[in-house]
Amino acid sequence: MSSKELDLRQMHDTEFPLPMEMQGNVAITSLSKIYNWSRRSSMWPMLFGLACCAIEMIGTASSRFDFSRFGMEVMRATPRQSDLMIVSGTVTKKMIVPIVRLYNQMPEPKYVMAMGACASGGGPFKEGYNVVSGIDKYLPVDVYVPGCPPTPQALLYGLIALQKKIDGQSLANLDDVPWYGVGPSEPTPIPILGPDIIDPRQMDLIRRQAELAAAGMPVGVRELPPVIKTVKAIPSKAAKAAVAEVIDEGEAQRREEIMRRRQAVLARKRARDAAKGA
Amino acid sequence: MYGLGILKGLGVTIRHFIDTYKNDVFYGFNKGKPAEEFGVRQGTKSEGIYTVQYPDEKVAVPERFRFTPFLVVNDADHPDAPGEDWCTSCGICSKVCPPQCIWIVRGTDPATGRPVPQPEAFFIDIDICMNCGFCAEFCPFDAIKMDHDYEMSNYDRTSVNIHDKERLSKPFSYYRSIAPTTAEEEADARGGWEHTDVIKEKKKAEAAAAKAAAAAAPKPAAVPVAEATADAAPVAEAVTAPAPEASADDEEQKKAERLAKREAALARKKAKGE
Amino acid sequence: MVDYEVQAPPTTGSAQDAAAYLKAKFPGAVSDDTRPGFQGVIVEAGKLTEVAQAIRDELGYNYLSSATAVDYHGAGDHMEMVYHAYRISGGGALNFKVQTDREKPVIPSLVSLYPGADFQEREAYDLYGIHFSGHPNLKRILMWEGFEGHPMRKDWKEAYYEGEAKPFDSRWPSGWVHRAEEKNIYGSNVRYPADFDLSKLADRSDEAVYSSASIGVDYQRMTDPDDIRTDQLVVNMGPHHPSTHGVFRMVLKLDGETITGLEPVMGYLHRNHEKIGERNTYLHNIPFTDRLDYISSMGNNFGYVMAVEQLMALGARYTAPTYRSEVIRVLMAELTRIVNHLWSIGFFLNDIGAFFTPMLYANAEREKILDFFEATAGSRLMCNYMRFGGVFKDLPERIRSTANLMNDKIRDYNTMEFLSDMINERLPRFLEEYDRYLTGNEILLERTVGQGVLSAQDAIAMSCAGPLLRGSGVAYDVRRADPYSIYPELDFDIPVGKQGDLFDRYKVRMDEMHESLRILRQLLPRLEQTKGEDIMVGTKAYSPRIPQGEAYGRVENPKGELGFYVVSWGDAKGTQNPWRYHVRAPSFINLTALGPMSVGQKVADVVAILGSIDIVLGETDR
Repeated sequence: MSSKELDLRQMHDTEFPLPMEMQGNVAITSLSKIYNWSRRSSMWPMLFGLACCAIEMIGTASSRFDFSRFGMEVMRATPRQSDLMIVSGTVTKKMIVPIVRLYNQMPEPKYVMAMGACASGGGPFKEGYNVVSGIDKYLPVDVYVPGCPPTPQALLYGLIALQKKIDGQSLANLDDVPWYGVGPSEPTPIPILGPDIIDPRQMDLIRRQAELAAAGMPVGVRELPPVIKTVKAIPSKAAKAAVAEVIDEGEAQRREEIMRRRQAVLARKRARDAAKGA
Repeated sequence: MYGLGILKGLGVTIRHFIDTYKNDVFYGFNKGKPAEEFGVRQGTKSEGIYTVQYPDEKVAVPERFRFTPFLVVNDADHPDAPGEDWCTSCGICSKVCPPQCIWIVRGTDPATGRPVPQPEAFFIDIDICMNCGFCAEFCPFDAIKMDHDYEMSNYDRTSVNIHDKERLSKPFSYYRSIAPTTAEEEADARGGWEHTDVIKEKKKAEAAAAKAAAAAAPKPAAVPVAEATADAAPVAEAVTAPAPEASADDEEQKKAERLAKREAALARKKAKGE
Repeated sequence: MVDYEVQAPPTTGSAQDAAAYLKAKFPGAVSDDTRPGFQGVIVEAGKLTEVAQAIRDELGYNYLSSATAVDYHGAGDHMEMVYHAYRISGGGALNFKVQTDREKPVIPSLVSLYPGADFQEREAYDLYGIHFSGHPNLKRILMWEGFEGHPMRKDWKEAYYEGEAKPFDSRWPSGWVHRAEEKNIYGSNVRYPADFDLSKLADRSDEAVYSSASIGVDYQRMTDPDDIRTDQLVVNMGPHHPSTHGVFRMVLKLDGETITGLEPVMGYLHRNHEKIGERNTYLHNIPFTDRLDYISSMGNNFGYVMAVEQLMALGARYTAPTYRSEVIRVLMAELTRIVNHLWSIGFFLNDIGAFFTPMLYANAEREKILDFFEATAGSRLMCNYMRFGGVFKDLPERIRSTANLMNDKIRDYNTMEFLSDMINERLPRFLEEYDRYLTGNEILLERTVGQGVLSAQDAIAMSCAGPLLRGSGVAYDVRRADPYSIYPELDFDIPVGKQGDLFDRYKVRMDEMHESLRILRQLLPRLEQTKGEDIMVGTKAYSPRIPQGEAYGRVENPKGELGFYVVSWGDAKGTQNPWRYHVRAPSFINLTALGPMSVGQKVADVVAILGSIDIVLGETDR
């Protein structure tokens, strides 16, 4: 993460006390920590640009911001050699088919980053007939980077957030590392280009709707189903802590500060009003 | 000679390489970086390539930089109405928003049921926002501005990416800190550092005071300040209920007091600004 | 030419003369468009081919810039195809239209006369359902084959449809937020026809591509695992391919290494710009145009505001933009040209094997210009800078940043000094260095000279624009051929190539950057002189009413001629939302030439040819 060389003190991760003179030279750590450290420090993104955000992604890869400082210098053009899919731009219905196929071809562990408003939730083009409103309707997303487009620095912040998330995973918890479970994981079903895009996971719903329509009944008026969204397995305690850390850093403090001030203000206002009333 | 073009090209790459390190050596690598180094190496006179070491150093964004919008509220130490929204829920930002990502619930007075110039709720869907800045540009009250904070990555958009009023509200002093020049220009256009309505009120009060003073020169006490709050917001109807007759004098005195306070605060702020 | 006939076709002169000639030659079949604010002539559908022949051969309008459909649903209930043709020697447009029935729209195809109409007619078929009789490959181009309906028709509604026109009522005054997917039964942006039968479902989108005119492969046989007869090899490139500059897809038919057929497949970034644009107010569309050609957003803004300003000029009260705002607009447009060419040359070199280093050098310079954009307009890419009647804000006094996050490093430059340093010193020095770096490089020369040749006749016929057209030796530049803004008073040349190969296009782009610098150098004193003058005329209205009429505003964007066809219709007092908003995208139409240029070349060259066209998918697919 830092441009400086590895500081062994950061790696130290046990209760076991180290003699003062050995600190910085020796570290006793857990397997998870080493594993996470090596994995997050060699995250290879897929060379894969969709739209406007891809230009900023290339800007981030260029010399001024240079994400190779984070171990991401090799952008692989093939999904088979990449760990991270940066979905950089508007996902259209026509394009979601290749994207899901590419995701299925990536070896695990694999991560997905939704870069920009379009990939996160459809963005300004959400209402369009050919636009998928958020890649998370089809693929599990690890990090969302808001912005339209996110500046290179915003993207780097997102990459650091992803690294923090990886840092929080534990080898002891199979929910965190499902790829060490039994057998290969199920591929995401590939959408079909029919009269509109068809999510195979929704076949039942579509069939019921078609039957209703065929019977001359009103369509699409029943209770709405929950919004389909693929979520990765709940991270373990450690991951949660890392997540909380990122969200908390600054943000929570700022919010707390605002809240506190507003409370104080409200109290004063009320007191004044009360005084006025009296 | 065949290959000369290639050699010339290689010469250029070597020069780029040397230039980069030449500067690094000149500025002493990371130790004791002079403050102006960054500006020079990011500017037009730079040589070689300079990489911004992002989390350790960040390129500060320029004043007009747009990311997501935020709402301006009064500072917490505001003498008169601390923490009050500048937004009057007139709805222009939601109308001018190209992807229609701004949702506003206009406030209503619970007693009369009439609209009041305060938003009851305010939402911006960050997943739709295109950072175009129209809301800030067309807001007649300078109440919505574009933020500079781009570090907004999160792990679950459904819970955090619709910003509500609480998340959006930021004090005016924050806006002055991120865009000092623009804030000053806008304050000049408004006629003061306060909200447009407050300034209007004040001007009206001043005019009334001057009139009263001219009309009744020998009686300087008890300056009547007329209708300070009426027709303050041009969009929403005025909400001040007519004050009861009995306490009218009392009310006016209070108003005058408040006015004095506000003016003092304004002076303080101006002094601070300079 | 001896002028002995009274009714000799006017090969020069205004469009009015040409229209008069057409009306005389085809009595009854050609009539004036009499709607208020509309120009040009309406041609009877049955006579279109003959009239177009006369327009091209007798009147000399040999360059078909734009062909687009308009659906007048509820306003006359007809479909209309609008053509804008120009003379390659310069001058204004001859605008001719064909009207057809809405239910069974059929119009004769003009592909045989103007090959550049090929993709545009396919687009009109895809989005409006107009059949073009005689079109050789009438298939969907942006949506996939099998998609239900023709989405640009006014009565076609998408899954997240909320209202006819923005602003929507649900946002204010009681705008309790909800996400569009919460209202849709499928939870995402889809809707199926009521009589939809899943058992008949088949994904036919690829079959249509492989059986197209230029590939002509039997898809059933190709995908049959038992059939192993020898056939020509079909290679699919994209939509995920590092050298297709985005999500562009090409299907190549190969004989050994040699390409015998190429079918471009697009629409992977078709994000319904025009449908959304018709729902937007006029102002809303400005930031959307940023996202067309997202590398040169300032140029897109420029074209769009010019088109709408043309419409505004039809109204009673209209003042042209101030001089200073025009100077700033041109400044931005020319800087954008440099930004774009740096980017495109970098990637072109990347494509022919100079992997990433030239790109990095070019991008380092580009970042400096982006810093200026960021300080002036507020964003590096999506500038959203121009407004109707001026620009957003004047140039800032200083390019300055204030620290407001942790570890922020501040910069502070004087804007004019920054600009003059860039224009007078840094960029010329860089271009000179870049020339030394690569132009003489033997590998580059061997990869580019004589490859991907496009003749001048073909380039004109296929409606190519920008460096692609000029690389073929046609000195056609909208800034000179149909001047706008303050270009007439500026001194610059139009660089052209000689033989129309890859090297010529590379050279044209390099030279255009030099010419842009020349223009910029003339702008600096103008900026100093006009300092402090207004940058906007009138008041900024958040929802201006635009008088009825049509306008076609075009600018010379870095990638070629960018045109906006805007129709304001439906309200005699003026409209707030455009009836039709069409983008004549240079990247889209330039791709017409990709197939003809690539046939006979090797696979490795097709990447370079595509790179030399310089497409950007946001604009190609819109």
